Amino acid sequence: MYLNDKERKILEDQANKIRKKVIEILEIAGSGHSAGPLGMADVFTALYFRILNHNPRDPHWEGRDRVVLSNGHIVPVQYVAMAYAGYFSMSELKTLRQISSRLQGHPHRGSLPGIEVTSGPLGNGLGQAAGMALAARMDRKKHRIYCLLSDGEHQEGVTWEAAMFIGKEKLFNLTAIIDRNNIQIDGYTENVMPIEPLKEKYEAFGWHVLEIDGHNFEQIVSAASEAKAIAYQPTLIIAHTIPGKGVSFMEGKYEWHGKPPTKEQAQKALAELRTLGGKIKSEHE
Amino acid sequence: MLARGQKLNRKLFQKNVEKLPTRNGYGEGLLVLGAENKDVVALCADLTESTRTEAFAKKFPERYIEMGVAEQNMALVAAGLGVSGKIPYMASYASFSPGRNWEQIRTTISYNNSNVKIAGHHAGISVGPDGATHQAVEDIATMRVMANMRVIVPCDIHEARKATIAAAKIAGPVYLRFAREATPVITTEESPFNPGEAQIIWDSDKPQCAIIACGPLVYTAMLAAKELEGEKIETLVVNNHTIKPIDRATILFVAKRCGAIVTVEEHQVEGGMGSAVAELLSKELPTIQEFVGMQGVFGESGPPEVLAVKYGMGVRDIKSAVKKALRRKK
Repeated sequence: MYLNDKERKILEDQANKIRKKVIEILEIAGSGHSAGPLGMADVFTALYFRILNHNPRDPHWEGRDRVVLSNGHIVPVQYVAMAYAGYFSMSELKTLRQISSRLQGHPHRGSLPGIEVTSGPLGNGLGQAAGMALAARMDRKKHRIYCLLSDGEHQEGVTWEAAMFIGKEKLFNLTAIIDRNNIQIDGYTENVMPIEPLKEKYEAFGWHVLEIDGHNFEQIVSAASEAKAIAYQPTLIIAHTIPGKGVSFMEGKYEWHGKPPTKEQAQKALAELRTLGGKIKSEHE
Repeated sequence: MLARGQKLNRKLFQKNVEKLPTRNGYGEGLLVLGAENKDVVALCADLTESTRTEAFAKKFPERYIEMGVAEQNMALVAAGLGVSGKIPYMASYASFSPGRNWEQIRTTISYNNSNVKIAGHHAGISVGPDGATHQAVEDIATMRVMANMRVIVPCDIHEARKATIAAAKIAGPVYLRFAREATPVITTEESPFNPGEAQIIWDSDKPQCAIIACGPLVYTAMLAAKELEGEKIETLVVNNHTIKPIDRATILFVAKRCGAIVTVEEHQVEGGMGSAVAELLSKELPTIQEFVGMQGVFGESGPPEVLAVKYGMGVRDIKSAVKKALRRKK
């Protein structure tokens, strides 16, 4: 076991806070994506509060692990996790997507310390992460590169160019995590353009592949540790997630991929998440 | 007459003028950089020999990255290296890079302001027999439109080498354009070269028209200027190697001095170097201008020198453009 009960409770509680904040800021922004950020709240919590070797007070610290968010449209969850971790003040979160904000609609290098590269146009993260991992290996640096991807962006050819290259170069200092939530804008991935068998495809390219429940902290943390221990291959973690996780009327619905909640919907979602938060507390008592 | 202080090739107008491809200058520049700066790394998409990346790859194998036939991923990997303290030089044919990977360059090199140098080889119609699929005549337009990007088009092998080396000292993305064919050596090792500083390499006492050229066509412009001199038409020739940021002072100076401009480029006239000149002049000093270049059509297979004539970029075309500009001036 990587996590004891108390550690798991702290992470679950943190993820719940992050989900609530995501709903709040999306409602204020009035545009953006809901399902993806909620679905990846647990992975981001695990990253920023357990897995990453980083220093939020010194985001340019040379030894930091790097996070590349290839599916940049779910960046609200990254911003919220970063704010809770101490990269910037919580109050700045409400500037998301507003004029002159450091919190751009999609991640932009140079706008906000801690955002490593620009991304959003799908397929562009994995190759950039490869370049960063290659540079680290050339300089014999110890930090890792974490690249988060969506399942839908595996329909972009360049994702496979990058997967092939990383396999060839055996970039063991790179961990990719796919948000396997099965939805994309036009519907379910396997209806729109099937991407399975994902695991076998990556394995054929020379990757070590793990499949986990993306809402189970024990599994997320243990997969990330296993990836670190492998010194001859890159690792892919396929995180099976429920889009919209935590909000009943959003869960599993592709209609919620690309829109924010209205004020009323946000109230309803927050009420549900508060109940869930109470449940987390009581379960661990 | 040849302009003073430019230390041009003495054999410039002789039949036996040396001919070497600008892409060789890229290869030579890379080798110099490799020895000078350990942060310089080179990437190539399965074209190491023809992009002249080969020598670097052999001498510095630990800093050479073979990308396979994958130009989009090459741009991404270069972007990632460029934000990690490396100075990546990525090479392919201009038709594919920046032809195919424009969006990756835009998002991850240009918008990221990643320190990547993009070498577009085999640019222009002079690629010849391969035909229009491989003749990049849009790359100056698609690169110069990007924020943060610089665009340099060297006129010969020496300038190509100097531009390659100079690009490493420019912080941020640079696009360098090279040609396949062996073309006349115009400058020498000693000729001055600074990115952003155009040079007047042919001058007259009372020039009536300025011929502003870039790339190997600078030589054709020189031939045209010399023939025009024989016809008592005084011109000057500007080697406008840096298209972005454009040398404002020199362009305005020659426009004021001559009152008529002919731009010459191996590129579509829409959006290319001539357009960059016109954008500047229309704001600061509206001047009569004629555009020599590809006139909105695709090329075809054929010998480079025949293609240049068929598609309107020969000595005669430049001369008639000058004469047309002079008629319009009256």
